This record gives sequence, structure tokens and C-alpha cells, in this order.
Amino acid sequence: MNSESILTLLILVPLVGALMVLFIPKGKDSVVRTAGLLISLAAFVVSLFVLDLFDYGKIGFKEFQMVHTFPWISDFNIFYKVGIDGLSLILVLLTTFLTPLTLLATWGNIKVKVKEFTFFMLMLEVGMLGVFLSLDLFLFYIFWEAMLIPMYFIIGIWGGEQRIYASVKFFIYTMAGSLLMLVAIIWLAVEGSNVIGTFTTDLIALYAVGPQVGLDIQKYLFLAFALSFAIKVPLFPLHTWLPDAHVQAPTAGSVILAGVLLKMGTYGLIRFCLPLFPQSAVYFAPMFAVLSVIGILYGAFVAMVQKDMKKLVAYSSVAHLGFVVLGIFAFTQEAMQGAIIQMINHGLSTGALFLLVGFIYDRMHTREIADYGGIAKIVPVYSTMLLITSLSSIGLPGLNGFIGEFLILIGTFKSPVLNNWWYTVFAASGVIFAAVYLLWMYQRVVFGEVKNPHVKELTDMTGREIAIMIPILIFVVWIGVYPSTFLTMTEGF
Amino acid sequence: MIQLIYLTVLLPFIGFLINGLFGSKIKNEKIIGAIGSSAIGISFIIVAGAFFELLSLPADQRSVIVTLFTWLKTGGLDVSVAYQVDQLSIVMALIVTGVGFLIHIYSIGYMHGDKGFWRFFAYLNLFIFAMMNLILADNFLLLFLGWEGVGLCSYLLIGFWYDRKFEKSTTADAAKKAFVVNRIGDFGFLLGMFLIFMEFGSLNFSEVLPAAAAGGTSEFIFTMIALFLFIGATGKSAQIPLYVWLPDAMAGPTPVSALIHAATMVTAGVYMVARTSVIFASSEVMMEVVAVVGILTAFFAATIGLVQTDIKKVLAYSTVSQLGYMFLALGVGAFSAGIFHVMTHAFFKALLFLGAGSVIHGMHEEQNIMKYGGLKKYMPHTYITFLIAAIAIAGIPPFSGFFSKDEILWYSFANGGFVFWLVGALTALMTAFYMFRLVSLTFFGKERFDHHHVHPHESPAVMTIPLMVLAGLSIIGGFIGIPEVFSGTHGNLFHGWLEPIFAQANSKLASHGSHSHATELILMAVSVALAASAIYFAITVYTKKQEIAAQTASRFKGMYNLLLNKYFVDEVYDATMVNPLVKFSDKFLWKIADVKMIDGLVNGTASFFLRTADIIRKMQTGVTQVYALVMMLGILTALFWIITSL
Repeated sequence: MNSESILTLLILVPLVGALMVLFIPKGKDSVVRTAGLLISLAAFVVSLFVLDLFDYGKIGFKEFQMVHTFPWISDFNIFYKVGIDGLSLILVLLTTFLTPLTLLATWGNIKVKVKEFTFFMLMLEVGMLGVFLSLDLFLFYIFWEAMLIPMYFIIGIWGGEQRIYASVKFFIYTMAGSLLMLVAIIWLAVEGSNVIGTFTTDLIALYAVGPQVGLDIQKYLFLAFALSFAIKVPLFPLHTWLPDAHVQAPTAGSVILAGVLLKMGTYGLIRFCLPLFPQSAVYFAPMFAVLSVIGILYGAFVAMVQKDMKKLVAYSSVAHLGFVVLGIFAFTQEAMQGAIIQMINHGLSTGALFLLVGFIYDRMHTREIADYGGIAKIVPVYSTMLLITSLSSIGLPGLNGFIGEFLILIGTFKSPVLNNWWYTVFAASGVIFAAVYLLWMYQRVVFGEVKNPHVKELTDMTGREIAIMIPILIFVVWIGVYPSTFLTMTEGF
Repeated sequence: MIQLIYLTVLLPFIGFLINGLFGSKIKNEKIIGAIGSSAIGISFIIVAGAFFELLSLPADQRSVIVTLFTWLKTGGLDVSVAYQVDQLSIVMALIVTGVGFLIHIYSIGYMHGDKGFWRFFAYLNLFIFAMMNLILADNFLLLFLGWEGVGLCSYLLIGFWYDRKFEKSTTADAAKKAFVVNRIGDFGFLLGMFLIFMEFGSLNFSEVLPAAAAGGTSEFIFTMIALFLFIGATGKSAQIPLYVWLPDAMAGPTPVSALIHAATMVTAGVYMVARTSVIFASSEVMMEVVAVVGILTAFFAATIGLVQTDIKKVLAYSTVSQLGYMFLALGVGAFSAGIFHVMTHAFFKALLFLGAGSVIHGMHEEQNIMKYGGLKKYMPHTYITFLIAAIAIAGIPPFSGFFSKDEILWYSFANGGFVFWLVGALTALMTAFYMFRLVSLTFFGKERFDHHHVHPHESPAVMTIPLMVLAGLSIIGGFIGIPEVFSGTHGNLFHGWLEPIFAQANSKLASHGSHSHATELILMAVSVALAASAIYFAITVYTKKQEIAAQTASRFKGMYNLLLNKYFVDEVYDATMVNPLVKFSDKFLWKIADVKMIDGLVNGTASFFLRTADIIRKMQTGVTQVYALVMMLGILTALFWIITSL
């Protein structure tokens, strides 16, 4: 395969697929479902080719492979330019891996407007892949904004009772941040014309421009970018859109939201904020570290007292992503690689938790923890899977979560930039509370006596559901036992 | 055999996978039990083989590292899955696989007929897997994997009967409590690791420990590292202030209590401190802290043990107390004495728990010793083996407990001072007392159970044979550690074997106190006399004159209630930490800070724009004439502006 255009092909597969889905006649829901699944699987296969072509010899920071570029708006030196490095690769794989599983998971609960739903899911994948592959800020911005639209509809059409409130909140929150980013992009490009003589949005060219911008202005540019990303992460205190979006979104929406969308925030920090504005990043590192640590503890405490399973998992995301942001702003290799691994881990573990909550919601139509209890005997396979997933999220050594958290914490501890033990001490205490809220939920849902008679009618996981979970659990163990496979991709960071 | 040591980790894991994945389909208890037990039995043989191979090597080559693969490599971190076979780890491995094997066999009988039989064996094998990782690890990180792994198995096994009630709550509550309290300790351990990595740039024992021996860093840093690691140890080994989970852990099946919560897992903290002895020895303060925490735990747990009426609770507090002894030993620099007590304690405490299991089994799940009595004639094998274990723990020569406990008491006198010895001896006195209170109330005296409903019976051979083996070990197990004062020129064999492990730590410690053999013999005689009189007193009171016990209890009612309720520590923890935290999170963080303040601000902003827009919207009247008027005004203004600026 031609390594020049393979990334473009990767974006085109779900895009063309999505358009094709629209032409399937009405009422053929199962055809639509199968087509959607096959298309997303095709994208996954293409991403495996990308993995195969990936050259582990060229994994330095700011070093890109398989770059495909052609002029787009030539007057402004705006390019269609895509390329990949270890960070993008690992997130692209996460995206193409989760999308088919998520689509498969909707077979049980999306009953209306299946065609539209499949279309939006595939368009969402296009947007996500575009974000991770863009090497031009303008192109990136287009994908970044475009991705909002399908998610907006997924929550707004197939969501729960308060879906409209949740989807509008999600949309406006994100928009508010990204508009400032757009201003900053243009500003940076203008600065570029001073420094290198041409106005351009080419990221690699701008990598040379950003650090030259004086700190007084650079700070604002950094903050404009960082705000947009921090909302997406979400970093405390910008997180309140998340619980609503998660609770209202259908399972598939929650999985993609937690699994991939939140990673765009942390991806953006690593891809743009740090290399474009290195001095400002160091300058603001303590602030971001403090907010991350607050998020870790705050997310855990609030998760602890939730009564709704989805909300609990949503707040746990705030805590988990806090670890990632902390790792990014520690500026050590251990912490950075830990942050990247933790992005994947969170995608797998939290994605799996949302899937599992979704599976049981499909049966009982309630997410209240108090409505369950004593299901261990009734649905043993489900209970086991929920246990493994919870343990992975808790960060049990031997499973994936531990690797990420450990690297982040150890890297933060020795960080010369942060240079303070207390970040790590407080963040590490988060591992205690993670155990509290997840095990407490597990105990109340799975153990004890059956209190709700409906629980007795629960059926255990179907073959389809098991087939969705198994691949995720394989990676949960793989990353925990042999993380080298993944760490080698991002060694340069 | 040493090169095959990884099999002792792998086999239990395979056993776990087979029983865990297919156990519910196999159904046949014999096959499940055979798979589970043989995995551990074969591991024991390999460990024994490795031990003899180690024995054949010259003393300075008795440390072999078997590396499997790189686990975590990034930045300065380079950690492998690698197992270290040396004098210390092999002793621990022998205990874990040996006692573990016996308990597996016993469980075949004990768990007979339980619906979760396969699950039980799967978890038990998983536990051995984690425990072997813990003790064989050649680095802190792999040790931590085992450390948390055993915590997980403990969680799963305490909550094994997840739908049962336990005291005021449920077994699941007890399980969660164990995991969370352990995690508090693990948090300390993690910080310790971070600090080690920062100071020494590695997490491998083979790099960190020699560097620490050579000085490496300041005493303050050594103190911090040791403090963090010790927080981990207090969690896992149930020491003050984190011991509260262990008594509740008795909610699990009794073989679990024997294996995990007496013989092996809870000694992990002792092992870890012993392994890092050179770090602890580099901090005078921390040695003191370890010794004081150990002796306090030993003493207070023993006082609680005096009045408990649940057979397993008595043993649980006894375990906490004995673990305190082990830390006392470590704290006064008697590292090998601490490990020696780990070993003898594994024999007699596993035996006590399994014996208790046998009694509970024969008494239809009754655990209240007030409802036992006179069981001697119904359960002769259980009785005699239980008695042996009780004598051993009471410290009567020549049973195993005597040697290890006496060595600890001697060193606490020689290196710690008279007060340490005195508190230690008083604890020994109480230990002898509560153990024989237990023996008397269970096996002697009047039968206090309801003969119509309860028909006591002896347990099957599959359960009593492990009891006998452990009884044998409880009797003779101490002979490998006969103190110098008796063995003369041969010295203490056990001591000599572990000497190279602790040489560096010992050389760091200031010269030990007096080592007069006469003093040693006198102290020994005193402590044995104390124990013997406590035994006599306990038997007399609890078989013949129970009214004395009742009178004492009513005379010192306040004290009695305080002990019975375990000093209300759980209640204090709940009231001062757990409940306020939950309340604060629920009432403030979530409902006020999150919903009202942060989200209120967001929604407030939104509604501000909505309201403003609502006002501005009024301008869009939809009346064409108004629009035309505004347009005209606009054009006129523009024209006026252009004209004036010309």
C-alpha cells in the first residue's frame, strides 16, 4: 500500500461509507447496521496497515510519517496536510478499534432512526480521525468543530429525557472554548508571517514560530488553545457539561465520548500547546497541575456519592483525566508516556464501564445503583466482566490502569518543572478513593441480597455482548502485562 | 531447579485459569480440588528443589535472579518481570507453598458441597500466584504487583459468601473495608517507591539496596522512604493504625483466614521490611517507630483478644498481636528473628485456624465459644492438634513458638531495653491466657450447646491430616533456630542462613547491647514461668470456676466493654473520617460546589444571554415600517458622518 495517501484513505473510508449508508432504503435496519459495522471494520483494517507501515525508527517528538499534503487555500498557505506519529497512531488505533465495538453495542438499544444514527457515528469517526491526523491548524480546526455536530445529534436525538439540555450544553461549552482557539490560530499565523515571512497554518512551520513569540503574547495564545482543550478534557472546573452529556447520551455516545472525544483535549495539549508555546506551558504548568490534582480528588469524592451508575463513571472520568493532564505538565518522559498510555487506558476501561452499564440498562431500564443488588448469582459472566473492568479502572497492577497511573505519578514526583512532592502525594491518594467509589458501586450492584424482584429476571450477557467485551479486556491485560508494545510507539515524547 | 522458579508463579496461575474459566463446567469437586492442590504441590516441590540447590552453593552465591521479560521501560525506569531466589525469598516461598498446599488439601474437605467450590479454588490459586510474585520479585514494582494482587484475592475471598450477613453489615462490606484500608497502606508504599526511584534512579533491589548500604542519600530521605514503606507494611500486616480490617476479614471462609489472614499474606509487610532492612537500618528514628508500633500493636491486640467470644475473632486479634511481635523484632534489629517468627507463626497459627475451622464445621457453623464446651471427646484429632498449636503460641519449650518468641523478647531486651521486654513478656502472658481460655471453653468443661440441634463430630481425614502435619511442624519447627545459648558453637542455624541478607543492615546498626548468657537464661525462665502460670490460671477459671470470669467482667465493667468493643476504634474512624468525608462529598462538593456553584455559574451565564437576547429580540418586531425607519436613520447617520469628516 502507498504510504503517501494511506492516511487520507483512512479518513475517506468512514466518510464515503457514511454517505453510502444514506442511500440504503428505509426500513432495512439490519442492512444499515451490518453496513455500518463493516465500514468501521474496514477503517480498522486500514489503520492496521498504517500500524504496519509505521517506522519505529522515526518516533521523535515533532517527527511525522506518511505525510500527505496538497494546497487547499493557497492564498493563505492553508494546506490539506495529514501525518502521523506515535501519539496519533495510538489514538487512531483506539478510535478505529472502539468504533466498530460501539456500533455493535447499539444493536440492542438504538431502535429508531438507525440509518441516521449509523451515519452520525461514522461521521464522528471521520471527525475524530481528522483531528488526530491533521498537521495544519486550519484543517484541524475544521475537523475539531465538525466533530461536534454528529455528537450533538447523537445526544440530542437518541438521548435520555433531558437530552436537549445536555446536548446544547455540550455544544455551547465546547464552542465557547474553540472560538478563542480560532482567534489564537489566526494570531499565530500572523505572527508567523513576521517570523518566517509567510502567513501559514502549517503546523510544522508554526512549530518554529510559536517559541519565538514573546512570552507576554505567547501566554494568551497558550491560554486560548489550552482553554479549548481543557474544556474538552474536561479539566476541573470546566467539567460540568460532562456528567449531563454522559447521563443523557445513549450508550454508544457515552462510549465514544469517554473513549475518544475526551482524549482530543489531552491530545491537543500535547500536540499543540506544549510544542507551540513551550515557555508558556512551563510557566503555567503549576496551575494546570493544581487543577489536575483538584480534579483527581474532586472527581473521586463526587463520584463516591453518586446514585446513578453513569454519573458515577462520568465523574470518575474527571478524576482519571486529571491524571493525564498532570502527567502532561510534569515534563518528564515517564509522566508523558504514562499520560499517553493513560489516555488509551481510560478509553478502554471507561468505555468498557459505559458499555457494561449500557448492557444492564437495556435490560432493566434503570441506572440507579439502589435498584440493583445481589446480581452476582443471577448474571455471573456480567459480574465477572464488571469486576475486571472496575479493577482496571482502579489501577490494579497487572492491568492497564496501573501502568499509566504509576508512570504519571513517578514522573510527576521527579519532575523538575513542578518540583514539589505534594502534587504526587495528593494525586496518589486518588488511587485510594478510586477503590472506594468503584468497589462500593460494585458491592451495591453485584453483592448482597436481591432486593428488587425484577433483578431475578435478568439474563446474562449475550454472545454479541461478550464479543464486544473480550477484545477490550484483551487489551486491558495486554497493556498491564506487556506495555512495551505501546510504550515503544511514543518513546520520543 | 532455581531456573525453574518461574513455574512456581506460573502453575498457580494456570490453576486459576483452568478452575476460573471452566470450573463451573467441570463441577466435579475432586477434579477441581486436584487441579488447585497439585498446582501448589508441584510448586512446593520446585521450591524445595531450589532450596537444596541453593544450599549446595557457596554462601556468597546464594542469590540467583531469573529474568523473564522487560515489563516497564521508559525514561530512567527499567523494570523486568524477574524472580530473585535467595536465602530470604526461599524461606518465604517454602512457607507459602508448603502451608499453602496443606490448606488447599484441607479446603477440599472444608468447602465440600459449597456452590462456589470451583471459584474458591480459583481464587486460592490466584492468591498463591500473587503471593509468589510478592516474595520472589527482584524489584519493588513487581513486589507491588504481588502486594496489590494478594489484596485483591483477599478482597475476593473475604467476600466469598457475598450474600451473607456479617455482624452488623455484610461480608461484602468487610471485603471492601479490607481492600480500601490496604490501599491506604499501598498509597504509602507507592510514595516510598517514588522516592526510592528519585534518589537511586532504579527500582531493582540489586541496585537500590547496595546503594543504600553504601550511604546513597541523607538520613532524612532514608527516614521518609522507610516511613512510606512502613505505612504500606502497617496496612498489609495489620498494624496500628491500619489493623482494623483484619478482624473483619474473618467473614471469609476459615481456610482463607488460615492461609491469607494468618500464615502468609499478612506477613508480607514483615517480609518487605526485612527485604529493605538496609533502608530501615539507615534511619534510627524509623527503627524506633517500627519497634514501638510493633510492641503497641502486640499489646493492645492481645488485650482485645482476652474477651472476644467468637473463635475466629480471638485468633484474628492473636494474629494482629503476633504480627506486632514480628515488627518488634525488626525494629530492634533482630531481622532474622522476625522472619523466624513468621515461619513458626505460619505453622501454629494456620493450625489454630484450621482447627477452628474443623470445630466450626463440626458444630454446624457455630462460632461462639460460649456455645461450645467439652468437645474434646467428640473431636479428638482436632483437639490434640489444636492443643499443640496453643502450647506453641503460648511459648512453652520446646515447641516452635518458644524459640522464635523468646529470641524476639531477648533481642528487645538487649537492643531495645527493659520496657520493651516487659511489655513483650506481658503480651506473652496474655497470649497464653487467651489461648487457653479458648482451649478450655471449646474443648473442656460442660457442654453448653443444644444437643437437639447440634451433633458435634470429627472432621474427615482430608481435613485432619493437614492438621497433623502442621502440628508436627509446630512441635519441631523451632529446632532450626535453637539459640546460641543452647546450641553452643553451632550457633543459630536459621540465623546463620539469613545472615548474608541482613549483614549490611546489621553493620549499619550501632553495636548491640549486652549479650550475657546468664541474663538471657533468666529472662527466658521468667517468660516461660509467666506463660505457664497464665495457662494454669486460664484452664482453672474457664473449666471449673467460670464465675470468676463473670465476676471480674462485672467488676471492671467499663474496661470489659472497652475491650469487647475493641476500644471503639472502628466507631472513631467512622465518626471522624469516613462519615464526614462522605457527607462533605455529598452535601457540599456535589450538591453545592458542583451543581449550585460551578454549574450554576455556567447555567447562569447561559440564562444571562437568554434574558439579554430576550430584550434585544424585542427590536425584531417584524413590522416592516419599523425596519425601514431604522434603516433610514442608519443611512442618514452614515451620510452625516461621511459629510462631516470630509
